[in-house]
Amino acid sequence: MMDATVRMPVECKSGQSAGAAGEACAPMIELKEISKRYGSLGVLNDCSLSVSRGEVVVVCGPSGSGKSTLIKCINGLEPINAGSIIVDGITVGKSTAEMTRLRARIGMVFQHFELYPHLTALENICLAQIHVLKRGKEEARAKARALLARVGLPDKEDRYPAQLSGGQQQRVAIARALAVDPVAMLFDEPTSALDPEMIGEVLAVMLELAREGMTMVVVTHEMGFARGAANRIVFMDQGKILEVSEAKRFFEAPASERARRFLSQILAH
Amino acid sequence: MTLDFTAVWKSLPFLFDGLELSFLLTASSMLGGIAFGLLLAVVRLSRLRAAAALAAVYVNGFRAVPLVLVIFWFYFLVPLAIGHAVDALQSALIAFTLFEAAYYSEIIRAGLRSVRPGQWQAAYASGLSYVQVLRLVILPQAFRNMLPLMVSQAVILFQDTSLVYVISLRDFMTSASIVATRDNRMVETYLFAAAVYFVVCASGSQAAAMLNRRRSFA
Amino acid sequence: MNYSWNWAVLVQEPYLGWLISGTCLTLAISLAAWMLALVVGTVVGTVASLPNRVLKVVAAIYIALFRNVPLLLQLFLWFFVIPEVLPPAWGHWLKRDLPYPEFWTSIIALGLFTSARVAVQVAAGIATVPAGPRTAAVASGMTTAQIFRLVLLPQAFRIVLPPLTSDFLTVFKNSALALTIGVFELTAQSRQIESYTFQGFEAFTAATIVYLAIALLVTALMRFLERWTALPMTGAAV
Repeated sequence: MMDATVRMPVECKSGQSAGAAGEACAPMIELKEISKRYGSLGVLNDCSLSVSRGEVVVVCGPSGSGKSTLIKCINGLEPINAGSIIVDGITVGKSTAEMTRLRARIGMVFQHFELYPHLTALENICLAQIHVLKRGKEEARAKARALLARVGLPDKEDRYPAQLSGGQQQRVAIARALAVDPVAMLFDEPTSALDPEMIGEVLAVMLELAREGMTMVVVTHEMGFARGAANRIVFMDQGKILEVSEAKRFFEAPASERARRFLSQILAH
Repeated sequence: MTLDFTAVWKSLPFLFDGLELSFLLTASSMLGGIAFGLLLAVVRLSRLRAAAALAAVYVNGFRAVPLVLVIFWFYFLVPLAIGHAVDALQSALIAFTLFEAAYYSEIIRAGLRSVRPGQWQAAYASGLSYVQVLRLVILPQAFRNMLPLMVSQAVILFQDTSLVYVISLRDFMTSASIVATRDNRMVETYLFAAAVYFVVCASGSQAAAMLNRRRSFA
Repeated sequence: MNYSWNWAVLVQEPYLGWLISGTCLTLAISLAAWMLALVVGTVVGTVASLPNRVLKVVAAIYIALFRNVPLLLQLFLWFFVIPEVLPPAWGHWLKRDLPYPEFWTSIIALGLFTSARVAVQVAAGIATVPAGPRTAAVASGMTTAQIFRLVLLPQAFRIVLPPLTSDFLTVFKNSALALTIGVFELTAQSRQIESYTFQGFEAFTAATIVYLAIALLVTALMRFLERWTALPMTGAAV
């Protein structure tokens, strides 16, 4: 089911800026030594990561390792105490106007779907298009219908979230995130709240996205997806990034002891 | 003892004029109270620390003092502030609106907080501004949750309007007391007044209870 | 705004004395009414939770009656109407021989009005007690009365304490209505000072401060009570 061949993004040397020798080489997302504290509790500790355009990065680790917090820092949902984050050339956290514009170009998918319960599937997908991108209603609706078809739910446009299964809701959520034509997609444990039989349909949509060249940062426990779609794996524990390696190498020979233990626990079932 | 309601029936037009005023007071205080209460609630939940603190002082202050005192305050204060005499109705409208705003703001604040935090995050993540998030995502959901409580508060407000008796404003309560003392038919008049209040308020409470039940099945 | 300020008025006699006596009356009426409300409200709330259908309806009617008529009108009914409606002997005693009838009437009216709200809270509290302990009690052979006394009410009481705080505060605010039947409690006295001295701002501010102080004290007291009665490891015990 999972195809092992994924388009490899262009290798980038760090420090190369956009505009010089091929724009595709500039890192899409750059996290530099970011730290975050809740009071006296250190949640993120000196984390650095560089994600290239078209790359699929999977972030994994035991619970409490800070993976969800890390991904929420990328689009500014969580503020950071130290370090810098640059997404598509824009420094995160500087100005509210810039942040709003940036968020409109990054799609995010949440663990608990977070569809707006008072709107239909179609209206959910149209909301940001109309109010953030200022698209016309008809244009928004046409795009929404196309996206619903793309995620396999063409006949559900008038259903309310309460009338959809978990897997269907998450697919609508992915369509909603795609509606603003994002340059990158963030996934925060997209299948953790799903019943096992629905995980496959959501992963299939995500795999399709990866194949089409979308830049993705995915926090997940689904190692099958990671093996099939990820370019690199980021392993986190207790707020620190312990390891960043190519997917194949991570699964065959993880560098750190904790990663080895984590993998053996996860893959045991 | 024998009850003689003829005095009451004769004064029905007068009494219903008073009832009309009671409804008018209720409706306008509700509208003003909800509008101002919404502003107070939004300010309290925002990140503007100083404004939020002021709003909290306002709400807690108005909720700690009797409505009668607030009515007296504005009956006394409004003419001074404006510079000339003002009739009781105007001062009462101001008093009730500002008073009820404190209570409505608590209901609205609880309603806003009852929306899942994930909804705020998802809305922000899609690039909406604070105002847009409130208007398009949070308030529609919060309002559905708040509706039963707002109807209950309206019933309480309708009962509270009887307090304009202390500034002799001719609402239903004051009109009833005028008829009762003028015709010396206290028992009949007050029993009639109680019956009218009971019918109106009980219907309102029933409506609130039904809204509450419907919500939990949604 | 031309207004001549004179805060000294508040510490002059007789005005200071008026404020003090007004505050004492407010406190006396409120506390007495609250005691009445607690006793009657607990009884009615418990009755509303009994399995007996007829009793449930009776309790519901009681609650509906006292909640859907304004307090001011209830006060008038007790003061003007009840003495007329009672048998002549009682009526005469109420109108002529009872000392300070306004005072006692205010307590009864406010107490019973509030008892309906207490009843609703108590019934809700009893309903919230988890079914487990109740089933265990039934299984161990306790009578209904014992179950209520030893299992349900102690737990319901702890659940109900926070919402009762706001009802307790409301009693102090509602005591101001006694001024309409001639009780010179705090608000009435401040009005009195205003009409004698025309220093309305000062007079009403004094009353406002006293009410704010009462609110703070009551809130602190109830919070202390919550912590004192809380079971270890439950939310309130910190």
